[in-house]
Amino acid sequence: MISIDIEKKLKVYQGQRLLKIAAEFPTGSIIKIHGPSGAGKTTFLKIIAGFIQPENGKIVADKVTWLDTSAKIILAPQKRKAGFVFQDYALFPNMTVQQHLEYATKDGAWIKRLLAIGKLETLITHKPEHLSGGQQQRLAILRALAIKPKLLLMDEPFSALDADMKTGLINDLRSFFKDQGTTVLIVSHNQQELEDLADRELIIDTNFHE
Amino acid sequence: MDLTPIWLTLKLAGITTVLLLIIGLPVAWWLSKGRSFIKVILEAIITMPLVLPPSVLGFYLLLAFSPEHGVGKWLQQAFNIQFVFSFQGLALASVIYSMPFMMGPIKSALQQLPVSLSQASYSLGKSKWQTFTKVLVPNIKPSLLTAIVLTFAHTLGEFGVVLMIGGNIPGVTRVASIAVYDSVGQMDYSTANAYSLILFSITFILVISVFIFNKYRLKSPLE
Repeated sequence: MISIDIEKKLKVYQGQRLLKIAAEFPTGSIIKIHGPSGAGKTTFLKIIAGFIQPENGKIVADKVTWLDTSAKIILAPQKRKAGFVFQDYALFPNMTVQQHLEYATKDGAWIKRLLAIGKLETLITHKPEHLSGGQQQRLAILRALAIKPKLLLMDEPFSALDADMKTGLINDLRSFFKDQGTTVLIVSHNQQELEDLADRELIIDTNFHE
Repeated sequence: MDLTPIWLTLKLAGITTVLLLIIGLPVAWWLSKGRSFIKVILEAIITMPLVLPPSVLGFYLLLAFSPEHGVGKWLQQAFNIQFVFSFQGLALASVIYSMPFMMGPIKSALQQLPVSLSQASYSLGKSKWQTFTKVLVPNIKPSLLTAIVLTFAHTLGEFGVVLMIGGNIPGVTRVASIAVYDSVGQMDYSTANAYSLILFSITFILVISVFIFNKYRLKSPLE
């Protein structure tokens, strides 16, 4: 179970707006997050990961307090180890596909399986600049999965994939999430997308509601 | 022609560059992250040698490290170290004088890297140091090379600061730029020309190499 109750002031044109979210997600659930541009979807994921600090809030994941502003508890992102798929992929330009995964895990068998899931086996010596947008996005997903995270945060993770690739990857991910009991939060701009993958929905707008 | 000033200059430039690389990388990294009043003050101090007359910097270093009083006296008595009119004094002055040439390109390159690169590394459980050495530094190689070459080349051409703190002691502090000045003072234009030509050639080769290398080999993949 992950329990979140946060408040963060967002800078908007000519002022500030309050991002206020309170929600609980059972372990192993897959939650689709959507809402208008600028609503704070990415900020929400980054607060959970520990990259951004809210003004007020509490985050408890599997009975471990990650954040409690009133008690001045702020767990570093390295300790939270939430897998994160960035919208801009955030791939390391100096590393090949293989090196990306080896940087995240030393488990060779797991790396092989990930490469098969992402269909990147033939591209292990390629650096990001020599990969297509879709291949880069798949590598970003595989890198986040490499640490076998208990919580996976995905920011528009399928936007550069074609329909066939997306369907295949989602099927593989579904079984992976089930095996590992991973809780997944996926930001998507498309309300109809991921209906067959997600079992819950979180809408973020100027007035939060679940 | 006595080549000692050339070797002394290359030795000084090499030591200064290595010292500044060791100091400059972590400091530039710290300066590149966020802003605070202390950082603004420190950045201003680091940048000062770019605009300050070298003789002014040299004069204050001379006063600061004079064995007659203050820090210089304490260093002399406690550790038997003398910075004035010695090679170590030249190295110290060069490190201070060339600092902006090392810090500037590194800090600016680190600031241009997307913050998500560090965040991605942290999310994999990597420490700040691992992220710095494995992700950030390898992705600023072109700027790092530029900083190293600029620092080395700039140290080759130092004059005012080294003259003030080092004087003109043959084999100890008489670097090539001072040897040129000295030769001209003695109306020995051929020796001055020889030293100048060697300095000019080394500097030109260094600068053109970094341009070629950055253009064809180390173009930033983030560009």
